[in-house]
Amino acid sequence: MDRAAPRRFDGGGPRAFLHRLGHGDEVAHVLTLTFAAGILLLTSGLVYELWVNSHLSRAKFGWLFFWTRTWDPIFDNFGAAPFIYGTLVTSIVSLVIAVPLGLAAAIFLSELAPRRMSDTISFLIDLLAAVPSVIYGLLGIFIVVPLMRTTVGPILIGSLGHVPVLGKFFKGPNYGVGFLTAGVVLAIMVVPFIISVSREVLLTVPREQREAALALGATRWEATWKVVVPWARTGILGSVFLALARALGETMAVTMVIGNDPKIAASLFAPGYTIAAVIANEFTEATGDLYLSALIELGLVLFLMTFILNGLARLLIVATERGGGHPS
Amino acid sequence: MSRMLLIWRKSLNVVMLTLTGVAAFGVVAVLFLILGYLVWNGGKSLNLDFFTQLPKPVGETGGGMANAIVGSLKLLLLAALMGLPVGLMAGVYLAEFGGKTFSYVIRYTTDLLNGVPSIVIGIFAYSLAVLPVRHFSAVAGGVALGIMVIPITVRSTEEFLRAVPGSLREGAMALGASKWRTIATVVLPAAKGGIITGVLLALARVAGETAPLLFTAFSNRFWSPGWGQPIASLPVMIYTYAIAPYDDWHRQAWAAGLVLLALVLVANIGTRVVLSRGGGGRST
Repeated sequence: MDRAAPRRFDGGGPRAFLHRLGHGDEVAHVLTLTFAAGILLLTSGLVYELWVNSHLSRAKFGWLFFWTRTWDPIFDNFGAAPFIYGTLVTSIVSLVIAVPLGLAAAIFLSELAPRRMSDTISFLIDLLAAVPSVIYGLLGIFIVVPLMRTTVGPILIGSLGHVPVLGKFFKGPNYGVGFLTAGVVLAIMVVPFIISVSREVLLTVPREQREAALALGATRWEATWKVVVPWARTGILGSVFLALARALGETMAVTMVIGNDPKIAASLFAPGYTIAAVIANEFTEATGDLYLSALIELGLVLFLMTFILNGLARLLIVATERGGGHPS
Repeated sequence: MSRMLLIWRKSLNVVMLTLTGVAAFGVVAVLFLILGYLVWNGGKSLNLDFFTQLPKPVGETGGGMANAIVGSLKLLLLAALMGLPVGLMAGVYLAEFGGKTFSYVIRYTTDLLNGVPSIVIGIFAYSLAVLPVRHFSAVAGGVALGIMVIPITVRSTEEFLRAVPGSLREGAMALGASKWRTIATVVLPAAKGGIITGVLLALARVAGETAPLLFTAFSNRFWSPGWGQPIASLPVMIYTYAIAPYDDWHRQAWAAGLVLLALVLVANIGTRVVLSRGGGGRST
């Protein structure tokens, strides 16, 4: 059919153009294209608004914004350091918990569980990812925080608090709210992402790889850990990045359990603050233009962090699913 | 010596494999723990008043969240009106018309938009719909949620359209239908179930969003007539009630949490069941 051939407006003169319009194909094409381009426009608009509206803050503080530890709305002195610190610490804590847990669960689902069982469990885990974050926050406030204050905290302080280097992170007063609590809640929230992506990636590892390892006398675990997992490692790393991006940008659950105190403390039991949490808490109260601008600059920082991580994650996952990682 | 090694390897095998199982079932257990807690705590406080009454002033017990339930529905309606046309049309473009480079750019941007933290979307919606008029409104909340609906709809629409077999398109074209007629009368109906599923999942996801509403739709302790005033929503109510120091508010936060979670899970499970029964347009 000629109208399925190249669609261009310029070729064939106005009559041919009208003719093709008559069929409606060009109209449909242009119409859907407009909406698709709308997404581009929207996304660039987002970056533009963040950039322009953070102008005041960028002009006044420059790069110092990232190193300044004070956050003082009264004297209009704003620094992002405590928030960046809090965001990174909570995200790292969440990964320390979620990565081993998620990877282990993904191995179980892809290597051991029968297909039906694996699918059912994966479905349930996907449901966990659908739970709204404010509900995680609700459970965080009323379950994880008291548990941390009365049980888990004292146990950790009592045991790990005396270990030479590690002890630094497990000392000090324990209020229940703080970096560790936020990290735990975040871990529960990101673990479904690690599991579902890692499982997909592990399932793409060719059967022969497993069989070859088993034929050489490896145990099931050795075949998995020394052959299958290394094969899929780029994709697994991708899932970790994806989870990290989620954890960095997570707002409600963290806001509700981190304690909201812009301080940099080594102790994981200390209350802290994250970028997303400070925006959520102070945006409506930001009275001065500079104050608002500083909050928007924080939003810009958060956007860039997640943008870079998501990009990397996507590259890694695509690379594994296409090329099969690193056959060594 | 080698016997010892064998025993070590075999026991390591058993221990590690068991641990992976424990991890998988542990994560699933968390889901049921969440469900159980919400049903237990929320069920105790859920009553008819919750659905029909306005919030009571601080200090008085009782009252409900009727305004927040209606508010959430209004916000979802706005989000659907603003986000779905863009998402659906762009999905059709990617699946049916798209070239190579431009489609890649669109797909990449869509993924990027999907990964933007919801609080940042909130800032964007604030600068689009709150700053110019200088007050919070339902429309601004709708803009924020609408933007979040777009990337999810685009990807699911594209996916389900691609699942429609090419032979159907060729059949329609062979009968002389133009491309858009083929899409409108053959391809879209074939993928209808899947597309609707995607739309429902997208709406279910934004229904639970709190962060982008905090400074767009804000909140309201009363009814919010029209579309230009601050409006209450279930997620924001859960947030404000949960961090407040009143026991009665905590009770209602649990009730609201249960209602919200039930909505989200029913949408998720329902669509999954429909899809697995072949309603997704995958069958030929």
